[in-house]
Amino acid sequence: MDFLLIFLAALTTQNIVFAYFLGICPYLGVSRKLDTALGMGMAVTFVMTITALFSWPIFYLVLIPKNLPYLELPVFILVIASLVQFLEMYFRKAIPHLYSALGIYLPLITTNCAILGVALFMVLKKYDFIHSLFYTFSTGLGFSLALLIMAGIREDLDLAPVPKNLKGAPLALIIAGLLSLAFMGFFGLIKGG
Amino acid sequence: MKSYIVFIKGLWRENPVFRQILGMCPTLAVTGYLANGIAMGLAVVFVLVASSTVISVFRKLIPKQVRMPTFIVIIATFVVLVDYFLRANYPFLSKKLGPYVPLIVVNCIIMGRQEAFSSKNPVWLSFLDALGMGIGFTLALIILSTVREILGFGTLLGHPVLGQWFTPWVIMALPPGAFLSLGVILGVINTFQKKSTR
Repeated sequence: MDFLLIFLAALTTQNIVFAYFLGICPYLGVSRKLDTALGMGMAVTFVMTITALFSWPIFYLVLIPKNLPYLELPVFILVIASLVQFLEMYFRKAIPHLYSALGIYLPLITTNCAILGVALFMVLKKYDFIHSLFYTFSTGLGFSLALLIMAGIREDLDLAPVPKNLKGAPLALIIAGLLSLAFMGFFGLIKGG
Repeated sequence: MKSYIVFIKGLWRENPVFRQILGMCPTLAVTGYLANGIAMGLAVVFVLVASSTVISVFRKLIPKQVRMPTFIVIIATFVVLVDYFLRANYPFLSKKLGPYVPLIVVNCIIMGRQEAFSSKNPVWLSFLDALGMGIGFTLALIILSTVREILGFGTLLGHPVLGQWFTPWVIMALPPGAFLSLGVILGVINTFQKKSTR
């Protein structure tokens, strides 16, 4: 039940893009084509889960016992940056076709605030290890969902006659607002979360 | 004269939020109340000015290959300072801003200024550039959060400004309101910009 709630909340009412505004930069930049959006979404989901896999033990087994919680931020950033670098090298050698699918998105992810955000939320929500993994994975899926919906809309939008002054970022933000409104319709479905 | 231009450009002509569309996360997330917007703006001003100055001082010592990690560690240090300062002195505000204070680290405005300016320019100019950009960012947050607080709660800094007749637009205080109002403000700015250049 727990897991279902976490999953649904991460996809809808607590969607990392629509409710927490994280990962807006790729959301506005990358979400123009469906296939690039899918690639970016997959890469983010993957890195988020791996980040939780490493940063949870580091935080709870090293930083807390040593009484160093103020190092949380630099440590998480270093974990994410080095993970991304390492994954990129590993993929290039070991799984070339996955590398060609995700490769170009990986370096971009280091500066994606959604990744650091999800690691911080994981600590704030005091999830245990399994829940953290599941939470970060679901959040990644929620991010992909947001990216995909937006990409689908924007592909059509390119052909639509929109007011010139709203073209680009302003319109993308207004659409995001409407989508966010739609996602809030799920509020009754999940309590707490 | 040059230092004046360096300072002034961040305020409007190259305003990080309105003109460069950077630093969206905190811009959208904390602007439900004017007080939050101002606090976030000041936090970013401090981190930006401090890290720009420090990085500019050490710019000739930092090897090119590892400049990104170095910048991030320097920025993170100042962010942790701000975070713990807020937690100790303004626990209420710190609770409200939540994880968005630590998230200043990945704010693209700060990294962007280090890459584009302070890693190449002398200390005094970097300081002015950071100050200008930081104030420009704060201005944007103030504009956005003023609109949202007045429409969403009928108050400004917690004081009621619209009378009893006004029914607050709850939506403006919720996440969709952030997206909608920023989108509309950007659209309005585009309109005026076009007119003035014509």
